[in-house]
Amino acid sequence: MGKIGLIIQREYFSRVKKKSFIIMTLLGPLLMAGVFAGAIFLSLSESGTQNVLVIDKSPLNLTEGLFTEKEDFTFSYTTEDITDEEFVESDYTMMLYIPQNVVQTNKGVIYYKDAPSFITQGYLKSQMENILENYKLELNDISQATYAHINTKFDFSSRDIHKKEDDSYHKELAIVGFAFAFLIYMFVFMYGVQVMRGVIEEKTNRIVEVLISSVKPFQLMMGKILGIALVGLTQFIMWIVLTLVLTTSAQALLLGDKFDPDILSQQISKEAVQEIQQNEAGPSSELVAIFDFIDRINFPLMIGMFIFYFIGGYLLYAALFAAVGAAVDNETDTQQFMLPITIPLIFALIVGEFAVTNPEGPAAFWFSLIPFTSPIVMMLRVAVGFDASSMWQLILSMSLLIGGFLATTWVAAKIYRVGILMYGKKVSYKELWKWIKYH
Amino acid sequence: MLEIKEVSKTYVNHQALKKVSLEVQQGEIFGLLGPNGAGKTTLIRIINQITAPDTGIVTLNGQKLNPSHIQDIGYLPEERGLYKKMAVGEQCIYLARLKGLDAAQAKKQIKFWFDRFEIGSWWNKKVEELSKGMAQKLQFITTVIHEPKLIILDEPFSGFDPINTALIKGEIMRLKEEGATIMLSTHNMASVEEICDSFALINKSNKVLGGKVNQVKRDFAPNAWELMVSGANGINFPEFAHLQEESKMADGSQKLIVKLADGRALNELLTSLIPQCNIIAAKEILPSMSEIFIDVVNQNA
Repeated sequence: MGKIGLIIQREYFSRVKKKSFIIMTLLGPLLMAGVFAGAIFLSLSESGTQNVLVIDKSPLNLTEGLFTEKEDFTFSYTTEDITDEEFVESDYTMMLYIPQNVVQTNKGVIYYKDAPSFITQGYLKSQMENILENYKLELNDISQATYAHINTKFDFSSRDIHKKEDDSYHKELAIVGFAFAFLIYMFVFMYGVQVMRGVIEEKTNRIVEVLISSVKPFQLMMGKILGIALVGLTQFIMWIVLTLVLTTSAQALLLGDKFDPDILSQQISKEAVQEIQQNEAGPSSELVAIFDFIDRINFPLMIGMFIFYFIGGYLLYAALFAAVGAAVDNETDTQQFMLPITIPLIFALIVGEFAVTNPEGPAAFWFSLIPFTSPIVMMLRVAVGFDASSMWQLILSMSLLIGGFLATTWVAAKIYRVGILMYGKKVSYKELWKWIKYH
Repeated sequence: MLEIKEVSKTYVNHQALKKVSLEVQQGEIFGLLGPNGAGKTTLIRIINQITAPDTGIVTLNGQKLNPSHIQDIGYLPEERGLYKKMAVGEQCIYLARLKGLDAAQAKKQIKFWFDRFEIGSWWNKKVEELSKGMAQKLQFITTVIHEPKLIILDEPFSGFDPINTALIKGEIMRLKEEGATIMLSTHNMASVEEICDSFALINKSNKVLGGKVNQVKRDFAPNAWELMVSGANGINFPEFAHLQEESKMADGSQKLIVKLADGRALNELLTSLIPQCNIIAAKEILPSMSEIFIDVVNQNA
């Protein structure tokens, strides 16, 4: 093993063995899953039994006794107003106020003590719609059957002519793409800063002079960059593995055997969802839709692209971070040089948002080619779906990224070589330029 | 062993070395002297291949300096440092392996040195737990762990307490006896006189003086003599001799310091003194390295 291998080894193991790394690696997916599960749980869960007081001011007392009672719902009816104080002291959890002109306005008001969940609101809404519809049908002398025949809901699924797959998940895919792009941003930044800190540590420790009497500065810099890249990849792969384990067990736990992944992979998910929906005892349709959607993400492609663009983007920026570390004496001096590095990264995220809505637009096109922004922007474009005909863009983007990191590494190595032995001097950009030109 | 020929080096903003030439013989201790900022560290960095000279040639054992020489050289920089969070043993192995030893050799060597310095118990400690002196001992070990033929020590005694200074001095002498060549850069003139065989004095990027320590001292001798005499009663000195100092000793004898004019020998003085008094002893006054250093640097200023 060469000397660069020794350096990679040290950089890798000294970080992987750290407690903070182990905790982050284990806790990362748990935290993410926790946030995810928490959001689902909050939107689905009921806060106990809803004791609803319906205050009906409509002339014909339309709603009297017409709400269907079900588990966790009880209804009481009145035509009299009650005061706020009375409501607060009563056992009712919420009041549904139906105004006099409800038939014209189709509007009511809910007063609550604890904010009702979307499920509760949806249930009350659909109940009211039913009651009003039935009233209007009778009023116009239309039979239920006729109405069912007339009542039409139109829907379409969209299909990209270049692709065989159903495109109706565009928005959700964009969100996943954004998540991956954000992950790249986070990883590049997090591990780039680690490279910078490592360089500063060696410089302030003064061990750097001993090291570069044994190895070339370039070897030392690349060893550090590559070692830390491996740390990042290790963390990412651990996260993927743990997330897979977590989601699989979550699927099994939440959906039970009602959920058959084979059915979904046969691209008949919608029917399957409806089937399950009709089954009263089945899991809620939202949950099925979520897992169905997760199933739709092309994980091998996304992970492959992530790894390429993470490594490419990381190498590009890590070299610059290393140069910054070499140019300063301590971390507080890094700020003036950090700015030009962080701006393109943040800018890429902003462009990424536009790229989601318009993945083939000029902004998305150009910034998915420029190496400083392509890791983030191209990641998003790929997630949203990529034309086979614009494959050349992907290849060009990848080649430019490789060229880009070779270029930044070359420049960074020049700054690094001079900087690591330079102490007690506030370095300006002019000075850095001299270092780059210095043979 | 080490030959430096007309080496020049210019940094971004200033010239650090101007056509410096010097030669270090096999098995000697060579002192590299000079005020701060004279270019010593640059020269040392060139020998370590940390930077390359703009012009000029450095050869080691007749070969032009190349990367294969890295493991023949051990380097202790002036500003010492180790990884604070890394365990002592692990760190020594890492540094030794970077110098080209394999893991087993490295371990064996470290064991040897740790036993020698009686610091075996440090193996699993982190460097940040060590005192400054301890860390410096450790750093000395990492410098010589790969049995380099040429050992370069930049200010080896700075920051050591007297006990450790003596210990390190002893080790330097021992390594010399075992055949290593040692180059040390220092401000400590006493230690130059004590342990150096040869030296070079660098001032303002130029080598201004160099050679064998004894020879240079002789060259700088002011032709002054210290005489112990007795039974003198008003000595008449010849015109080429000038009495600089005279003091009475407890036993009644006198100490005289006499400077002779250029080209005159002690014998001529003695010839004129013998009839006048008893001469007990005569000793040439040689300048200290520190006097030579200050003298030369001031002349250059």
